[in-house]
Amino acid sequence: MTLSDLEQLPMLRRLTPEPPAPRPVESVFCCDLLSLAMSRARAGCAWVTVMANLNTVAVATLTDAACLVFAEGITPPEGCVTKAAEEGIAVYTSSLPVYETARAIDGGRL
Amino acid sequence: MSAVTYHFTVPGDDYSRAGEASSQVKNRLKRLGLPAGEIRRVSIALYEGEINMVIHGGGGEITVTVSPERVEMELTDHGKGIPDIALAMQEGYSTASPMARSLGFGAGMGLPNMKKYTDEMAIDSTVGVGTTVRMAVHLAPAS
Repeated sequence: MTLSDLEQLPMLRRLTPEPPAPRPVESVFCCDLLSLAMSRARAGCAWVTVMANLNTVAVATLTDAACLVFAEGITPPEGCVTKAAEEGIAVYTSSLPVYETARAIDGGRL
Repeated sequence: MSAVTYHFTVPGDDYSRAGEASSQVKNRLKRLGLPAGEIRRVSIALYEGEINMVIHGGGGEITVTVSPERVEMELTDHGKGIPDIALAMQEGYSTASPMARSLGFGAGMGLPNMKKYTDEMAIDSTVGVGTTVRMAVHLAPAS
């Protein structure tokens, strides 16, 4: 699955303005504690979380996540999206909770 | 490649800027052509240290030196210090503030992550004076 494929999932809405780079999504990762995410998030993952702040973007950047997905319809502060766009991280909001969002991405045949 | 040194000042209690130094180091290591795995290890360890400086140390100074053999990181703050380093190194132990916890920190993984992702780590701390953390990630010889 690539980020372009991921964008076809109906519960997702992209917040970063530009279409994402043609990057593969290699796993799904769910976590709201940033230190755990720093340690456990794999490069290339789709990170599903409800923790929407600038530090989440920093961790996603440093772990080389493929994208950030904010569940529960959460829309992060504008500064987060701007920063993520600068760092080349695609950001989405999902209308579903964390578990259902992760299942939907996983069901998209990673 | 001869050794290069980068220096950063980390502002204290400014969570919105936490991670800027780590992000800059990551980008510079990429430009230097270091392997992705080593860049990730440096990024994780440095970010954890930088966050600790913001949460606990009132900010401070970071120096990163890159040589063909290793990446050395030295982080110094003038905060309250660590009374019991062995306790602080235990996974799950945290003295993070409610504010820090509300932002997703305070899992008690910072120092353990720094140890886990580096090849060398030493902490020098004096209560009421501050803390210096030195870490190194070894680089495999280029094939």
